[in-house]
Amino acid sequence: MKRLIQLKVNGEFYEVAVLPHRTLAEVLREELDLIGTKVACNAGDCGSCTVIMDGKTVVSCLTLAVEAEGREIRTIEGVAQGSELSPVQKAFVDHGAIQCGFCTPGMVMSATALLEKNPKPTEDEIRMGIAGNICRCTGYTKIVEAIQAASQEGGQK
Amino acid sequence: MRLPKFEYLSPRTVEEACGLLAQHGDKAKVLAGGTDLLNVMKERVIKPEYVIGLRGIRNLDYIEADGTGVRIGALATITAIGESPVIREKFPCLAEVPAKMATVQIRNMGTLGGNLCNAAPSADTAPILICLGAGVKIVGSSGERVVLLEDFFTGPGETVLENGEILAEIQVPGQPANTGGAYFKMSRIAVDLAIVGVAAVVTLDGEDGVCADVKIALGAVAPTPIRAKKAEGLIKGKKMDEVLIEEAGRIASEEASPITDVRSTAFYRTEMVRVLTGRALRQAVEQAK
Repeated sequence: MKRLIQLKVNGEFYEVAVLPHRTLAEVLREELDLIGTKVACNAGDCGSCTVIMDGKTVVSCLTLAVEAEGREIRTIEGVAQGSELSPVQKAFVDHGAIQCGFCTPGMVMSATALLEKNPKPTEDEIRMGIAGNICRCTGYTKIVEAIQAASQEGGQK
Repeated sequence: MRLPKFEYLSPRTVEEACGLLAQHGDKAKVLAGGTDLLNVMKERVIKPEYVIGLRGIRNLDYIEADGTGVRIGALATITAIGESPVIREKFPCLAEVPAKMATVQIRNMGTLGGNLCNAAPSADTAPILICLGAGVKIVGSSGERVVLLEDFFTGPGETVLENGEILAEIQVPGQPANTGGAYFKMSRIAVDLAIVGVAAVVTLDGEDGVCADVKIALGAVAPTPIRAKKAEGLIKGKKMDEVLIEEAGRIASEEASPITDVRSTAFYRTEMVRVLTGRALRQAVEQAK
């Protein structure tokens, strides 16, 4: 039996009827057309499906949509303010932290949550903070530099 | 791969959850954080008809000081364990474990109860909790019982939980003065399962560095997390010095019975038990002073 649930995503309320076995990642992408959140390993290891739920990063591929009801969900689509990129996003662009871009939404969510909690992280803290986000392309160096630059700017969203 | 289909049940109380579990038996599985269960279901290793989500139950997610010890609700997340001021103050060796486990995202979702009930031999939360003398409160339709954590695991992925029972709380008793502990873990990469995990908790007797009490627990090197009782027996009552610690490491490595698998070899694991036991004991002693 489908269940009618209400999801609050990036401040907006969405109503969807879902079967219990649908993950949040699937529902975001397939029902809400929010395809910024990516699915790669689908096992919670790669972090490309990372979203922020009630202030903390989670892997949406291991989150049941029916259990995401009543929680504040932020996806990559909610990071920029209109056409204004967040400091983390700007830093990723400026520092060459994006190659194929597939890990990027999840990486930005993890970086954003990291800086919200720890505005001036050390390099080690950054590396451990994004340890749940795998990147095949960049070798992580530019990603770490981008996060360091964004933290120095003092702003994060 | 997508999850197989199931019916989702959301009980409001532990008693209701136990009733549902007892009613559906093998056709039901309990869902806490989902980081283990949903993966295993995606792999089609199990296909429960009913998934009993515990999220709707209030009062299963707490970390409370209790006399000298701490009571931790089964749904407390791994992240919460590491951030809890109560645990950082009373059991710093436990508060340090989450940073060594998995990834930020998995820690935010995974629960202490889930980690213990999943009963992986390599479970990172088990060794230090065993050394701290932790117990688990199990609730079922016939009532409650408390089991020492070191007696909770019966095999890889297996526990003493009977049909219809749920682990509701983890109880960590207060430690005597001059007690210190540590957990050391070795893994292929930072976020992987342990290939060897060693925890030690040492209580020193006054100023002269004699060991009044010690517990050493090993993870990932036996079918369940185990205590290294022979190594403990060597140390207890003696002055903690480097020679003793090294010998304890050697004996602990003989108490382990690791396997060779995709993550590591039995030979390397045995060696690393020896090394990590030494490190854990040294740090526990430092902390105890």
